Amino acid sequence: MSEPKYETVIGLEVHAQLSTRSKMFCGCPTTFGAPPNSQTCPVCLGSPGVLPVLNRRAVELAARTALAFGLHVNPACRFARKHYFYPDMPKNFQTSQYEEPLAEDGWLEIDAGGGPRRIGIQRLHLEEDVGKLIHEGELATAQASLVDYNRAGVPLMETVSRPDLRSPEEAAAYLRAFRAVLVALGVCDGNMEEGSLRCDANVSLRPYGATELGTKVEIKNLNSFRNVQHALEYEIRRQAEALEAGRPIVQETRLFDADHGVTRSMRSKEYAHDYRYFPEPDLVPLQLAPAWVGHVRAALPELPQARRQRFVTRYGLPPYDAEILTQSAALADYYEAAVRAHDNPKAISNWIMTDLLREVGGDDAEAVATSPVTPARLAGLVKLIDDGTISGRIAKDVFARMLATGDDPAVIVQREGLTQVADTGAVEVFVDQAIAASPKAVADFKAGKTVAAKALVGQVMKASGGKANPAMVDRLVQEKLSRM
Amino acid sequence: MISREDVEHVARLARLALSDAEVERMREQLSGILAYIDTLRALDTAGVEPTSHAVPLVNVMRDDEPRPCLSQDEALANAPDRSDVFFRVPRIIED
Amino acid sequence: MAAADPVTIHELAAAFAKGAASPVAVTEAYLARIEARDARLGAYLTVTGDEARAAARTSEARHRAGRPLSPLDGAPIALKDVFCTRGVRTTCGSRILERYVPPYDATMVARLRAAGAVILGKTNMDEFAMGSSTEHSAFQLTRNPWDLARVPGGSSGGSAAAVAGGLAAGSFGTDTGGSVRQPAAFCGVVGFKPTYGRVSRYGLIAFASSLDHVAPFALDIHDTALLLGVVAGHDPLDATSVDAPVPDYVAALAEGVRGLRIGVPDEYFGEGLDAEIERAVRAAIDVLRGLGASVERVSLPTTSYGVATYYIVAPAEASSNLARYDGVKYGLRVPGKDLIDMVSRTRAAGFGAEVKRRVMLGTYALSTGYYDAYYGQAQKVRTLVRRDFERVFERVDVLAAPTTPGVAFRHGDKADPLAMYMNDVYTIPASMTGLPAISVPCGFNTGGLPIGLQLIGRTLDEATLLRAAHAYEQATPWHTRRPEFA
Repeated sequence: MSEPKYETVIGLEVHAQLSTRSKMFCGCPTTFGAPPNSQTCPVCLGSPGVLPVLNRRAVELAARTALAFGLHVNPACRFARKHYFYPDMPKNFQTSQYEEPLAEDGWLEIDAGGGPRRIGIQRLHLEEDVGKLIHEGELATAQASLVDYNRAGVPLMETVSRPDLRSPEEAAAYLRAFRAVLVALGVCDGNMEEGSLRCDANVSLRPYGATELGTKVEIKNLNSFRNVQHALEYEIRRQAEALEAGRPIVQETRLFDADHGVTRSMRSKEYAHDYRYFPEPDLVPLQLAPAWVGHVRAALPELPQARRQRFVTRYGLPPYDAEILTQSAALADYYEAAVRAHDNPKAISNWIMTDLLREVGGDDAEAVATSPVTPARLAGLVKLIDDGTISGRIAKDVFARMLATGDDPAVIVQREGLTQVADTGAVEVFVDQAIAASPKAVADFKAGKTVAAKALVGQVMKASGGKANPAMVDRLVQEKLSRM
Repeated sequence: MISREDVEHVARLARLALSDAEVERMREQLSGILAYIDTLRALDTAGVEPTSHAVPLVNVMRDDEPRPCLSQDEALANAPDRSDVFFRVPRIIED
Repeated sequence: MAAADPVTIHELAAAFAKGAASPVAVTEAYLARIEARDARLGAYLTVTGDEARAAARTSEARHRAGRPLSPLDGAPIALKDVFCTRGVRTTCGSRILERYVPPYDATMVARLRAAGAVILGKTNMDEFAMGSSTEHSAFQLTRNPWDLARVPGGSSGGSAAAVAGGLAAGSFGTDTGGSVRQPAAFCGVVGFKPTYGRVSRYGLIAFASSLDHVAPFALDIHDTALLLGVVAGHDPLDATSVDAPVPDYVAALAEGVRGLRIGVPDEYFGEGLDAEIERAVRAAIDVLRGLGASVERVSLPTTSYGVATYYIVAPAEASSNLARYDGVKYGLRVPGKDLIDMVSRTRAAGFGAEVKRRVMLGTYALSTGYYDAYYGQAQKVRTLVRRDFERVFERVDVLAAPTTPGVAFRHGDKADPLAMYMNDVYTIPASMTGLPAISVPCGFNTGGLPIGLQLIGRTLDEATLLRAAHAYEQATPWHTRRPEFA
């Protein structure tokens, strides 16, 4: 298989809806799913005579995000009008930021399997969302479009990465990590089905070793990790084929058709834009004082990356475990609560990763919080194993019962008489019985097949109803066989 | 000073349908006005900050409090065309 | 009261308080005068008779109970059709909004209502406030009450004519490049553009955001102070509104001008200024000197660049503010084969020639490649203009100058756009810098046409302008002269 000829260069622009209660420039609510045009007012409808007033919380959330990604918050920034005509934009300009954005120059660390890499984040700015346009009837025959302005004016935060991503996997990893931070910060609910997070990807190819960027193509409105990855995979193939055939890449905007797995050109006049940016005269500049920025920074919660690192150093967990346990703040909190209740970090990690996560989604904060297996109970279960009350095998059954009943593990063990048989004398009886019942195994063992002991251990476990301490059984079997 | 193509391009940007006669008339009038405005170029403004606001206000913001909205009917009251609870517009052609 | 002499708002207030006049009767009298005479004057686009009568009735009840809401309670006021009035069509003088009914009141309208003012109706204007003669209204011509063959000025011509013609006791317009001061000068009434941000712009249909000002018309300075006092003040719905206390403008009126330092800018008295206007304005300045003010010559060298600067900034902002008129959510819609066609035809049919011209000019000035040379440069020149004023205000308190280079011209006289724009040469600088400026009647030319004296003051120093204007007014007969029409 020959060396890949082209290096892929990808940049991502992410639009995140900020978790505010009201819109960016007016007091209309931002709740998702309301009846069409029921969350509007003269301001967000762009009626004659209206004026915007900036939502303070949107600025706070954006500043918080900027600091989390290591961006420099500009001491002064302002809003600008971005002009183009489209029916989902009430004023036919979008109030956004252009030459003086809120923050610049940060990064996000990702690991798509090839080790950690820093992806630069060029800028972060605030803008308002546009309304929703839907076709009336069938797409092919629609004579009209319908507009719902509920979403118009919802606060958006746009971040633009540097073109540092080198593969679709990295792009997906970036988006995942980015989303996790936003959710951990409480600035965005990260709900991609509802459009809380949307992504445009810019992708170009160039020969390996080249320093100049190739012609880039923009793919707009990707709304899931899968779509980002698949769209990029298709687009890279498409561009590579074109380049191989000697056809130049047209700089254009494309949409991803998820049903067919292809990108399609938009080819619309709308997108030959002259945005005619100028500073928004109806809003005054923002001057974010260092003291205020300092406040925001001090109030930052622990970020996923930092928490992951702390789990490795403090609990001695492998990075893989740490990654899984910090996939959500809820799960990470669960873990730490359990470890506080019983200090066996690795065992608790294993139980969560193997058993708990089979039952609840790690990023489903509500499911984690309302699971009948509370952190205290899980810790209690591990404690019962550690102090020899039950075997690991029995503990699996206890777990299943905890899930079903919500009862305390000690209560379950007591009630069902699952206490491990730890009395050496009692176990010895089972061992002697098993040895007596399996002369072949004994003979095999003496002939050098030490693995034959396992069968005897199995029989003892069975005879004891699983309650014998496996380590003890193993030891006793070994001892007795060796003495024979 | 400003060409016919310029006028047609700007008319497209501004979404104004102009007849041929209007394009020509506009070209003449705009050329005259622009020639007058060009006198500004002679002024030395190196190092001068632009005035975007006559009054130097900063940091004017509002609290994140939801306020009452218009009802659907109020929002749609002036709509030239509506379909139930939506604003209705002719199809958008991507050519 | 007799349906004869129009009186001032403060006189009406005194009469209402004494029970010597009835708000209901007064409103009825104004409505009757409008009915009888406005066909000739063309000041009103919409007369809100029923609403006015209802407001007058509640005003009368309050006066009878001895509890008027304010000195404006029961005063019959007209509003330029640029202010959004809930439930009452608001056209902005344009076909594109011919049937538009706003779902909300502008803040200034809400404040007037809360003060008990009676709104008689909406007045004619140049379309989207773009013009200096009200000839660019899509609907009708407005005539100057002093000479019906002449323009009342613009863009707030209807509001000026209504007050001058006795069809409203006071009114409001908007001043962007001079659109209240110039019609005030042409119509022989007071027109006062306060500091930018002194009055909320929320609900004022935007022309040029950084230049639009809400401004009252009145028959005298006392009324002007009353009108301004009711609408001025911070508004949380307007991020550019100034959060500074509103002084009692009336209380400060009687302070006189002793010790006031007046500057007379050379550049406002040069070529192009009508000789009779110059004479009248200089005579007015002499009156002020006689009353105790000191007078000195000053210079504002950037004055000659004002018109060019304005005619980049204003159209640029206008082209942006008018982008929303596209037939989608409100206003006129002309059918088209697809969306772009519909929008282009709608705007072509809905906007008049002057609006189209300015939208084109503005779009051009903001477009790629031209921004720095035009809009960028103009905004810098604006700073230079401001510096001129700051320098001058270190030595003087108030500037005195003509309001306009000529008197009211005949309809059709200024067909060339540039010639029309040059009308604004003395009013533009105060708009561009946001400084308060007032036009006060200071005489008539030999043809009997009014002449206006302009006073320009420091930021937020409306009180000084009002007291200087008041002192001048009380020492002269102009404020009692009414046109025959009235």
